[in-house]
Amino acid sequence: MSARVWVEAIELLGPGLPDWEAACAVLAGNQPYAPAPVELPVPLRLSPAERRRAIPSVRLALAVAEGAVAKSGHDPASLPAVFAASGADGETIGAVLAALTLPSREVSPTRFHNSVHNAASGYWSLAAGCRAPAASLSAYDASFAAGLLEAGVQAMCGGFPVLLVAYDLPYPEPLHAVRPIGACFGVALVLNPARTDRAIADLRLDMASARPATSCADAGLEQIRRGNPAARALPLLAAIAARATAAIHLDFAAAALEIGVAPC
Amino acid sequence: MRPLGLTASCLVSSLGAGKRATLAALRAGTSGLAPCRFETVDLPTHVGEVPDLDAWRIEGDLARFDSRNNRLARMALAQDGFAAAVEAAITRHGASRIGVFLGTSTSGILATEQAYRLRDPVTGALPAFHNYAGTQSTFSVADYVMRVFGLSGPALVVSSACASTTKVFATAARMIESGICDAAIVGGADSLCLTTLYGFNALQLLAVDPCRPFAAGRAGISIGEAAGFALLERPGAAAVQLLGVGESSDAHHMSAPHPEGLGAALAMSRALDAAGLRARDIDYINLHGTATLAGDSAEDRAVVSLFGTRTPCNSTKGHTGHTLGASGIVEAVIAELAILGQFRPGSPHTGAPDAAFGCHYVTSACPARLDHVLSNSFGFGGSNASLILGRAA
Repeated sequence: MSARVWVEAIELLGPGLPDWEAACAVLAGNQPYAPAPVELPVPLRLSPAERRRAIPSVRLALAVAEGAVAKSGHDPASLPAVFAASGADGETIGAVLAALTLPSREVSPTRFHNSVHNAASGYWSLAAGCRAPAASLSAYDASFAAGLLEAGVQAMCGGFPVLLVAYDLPYPEPLHAVRPIGACFGVALVLNPARTDRAIADLRLDMASARPATSCADAGLEQIRRGNPAARALPLLAAIAARATAAIHLDFAAAALEIGVAPC
Repeated sequence: MRPLGLTASCLVSSLGAGKRATLAALRAGTSGLAPCRFETVDLPTHVGEVPDLDAWRIEGDLARFDSRNNRLARMALAQDGFAAAVEAAITRHGASRIGVFLGTSTSGILATEQAYRLRDPVTGALPAFHNYAGTQSTFSVADYVMRVFGLSGPALVVSSACASTTKVFATAARMIESGICDAAIVGGADSLCLTTLYGFNALQLLAVDPCRPFAAGRAGISIGEAAGFALLERPGAAAVQLLGVGESSDAHHMSAPHPEGLGAALAMSRALDAAGLRARDIDYINLHGTATLAGDSAEDRAVVSLFGTRTPCNSTKGHTGHTLGASGIVEAVIAELAILGQFRPGSPHTGAPDAAFGCHYVTSACPARLDHVLSNSFGFGGSNASLILGRAA
């Protein structure tokens, strides 16, 4: 059995990949990849107080979530969401861990509530005024595969569109040494269980036995893919950008997620 | 949703190891809370600590997973015949057809807290023995459980704060419904650590005395730790079934609940819809009831808005403490025990419920006819989930 969904909108943000439209030519192989630093936008949908507290992972996740939802035409308040990240906000966790080594052990209340893995999904529901379910999950380096399967299955079982947001950022030292993550990368997809005239790709998701993951042809993109769990999405995004019909494999737990992709 | 059978379950908390010990404590009204002596913590509060976790050290091939959180998981897997039930499920379905959908909030962060004290004074580097992926990583507990049983189906960890191990029931139900897997291990673990003890202290949400859910004099939470698991399959001979799960978001505040309990009410009504039940079909509600001023008040309003003032309800956090990301599985197993034993647990330490509340809050354990039990879990980020368990017809 497989889950079938249609991709209605995509947004991404990564080094040299400032948005989906600009990235398409690069991902399709029509334009050379040129790395560039990532600028994390300020999430304008949040109140000024919440905006000031917005930590890097929240800024990244909200930037791609807002982009994809805007392009999809759906009301942001209506969409259930799945947030996939390998861990919680690194800057926040690092600050809490450092504070706990001091004699006072004073943890900032804001740092503490930002330290939860679901900080981005919580801020998204605030930003979007959305009371639909939001999940925050991890499968370590396979977090994108886990999020895609969870979102796809949720869309199919619920019969309504679901927002998937995958994002990961590098941790500060000394955490970086024990959990190296490359340049920050975020991607959001709106998945619809029904084919509409907005559909850009048809996805069939199923579990498969472990096998080598699909890689990126371009060396620069391949380096991003290997460096960041959210960037494991790149081979799928490249197939969508090239309007290719393909079978993409992502490492997932002790198995693989097989994605049959076809253009619409 | 189509009902799923709870083929097996297991639980470890401060009430004891296994369901027999848990049931005895629930019937006797015993609390697992005691003055905090955990690690180097110096806070005037009570905790629900699981003793002797050192005996469950993880060695051999899976030694990299050794953390307080995974020791708790290992201890739980050894209770209640759970491992044998999983092995039997592997024989029935195959290792690739069983999903592992677990929850945690802080995973094994205690290992990194301790490693931070041993940073190199010159470079700041963490000690070489520290294994992030095996301990602190959010995914660690599912990675560990999947490898213990040699499973090769989908595996993930939901970390939506204190709603995590209720939300995994919804994930499992969808994965089985869609045919991605035939059975699922759900549940998870959350263990004591400095991050949550000092973090909740910073938010001024820690009670000095044992927590008193829904009491007029409630003064905050008592943190506990626990691990528990359930095996979900299409209903066969299972005496208790998962009938529905409902999820919602508050869209109100990161760490404070919606004052009217709007998100909480949505989660409960969605669980009723999923189960095809009406409010009057619910015989007992196991509340989230953490004993914070705002949280209990919001939940009371949500319950009254849906159920009126007659459905018996209470929080069992006075027994176990608030086991945070594990509270969903703890209270799902308590709901299962209540249905199997046809009794309603009590609410130790509460005394007299807050007179301002409208819900029918019961404080003592007593026999009761229970066909349908609803259990609530609400967390930071405005994440809400409710599940309904029922007695198989």
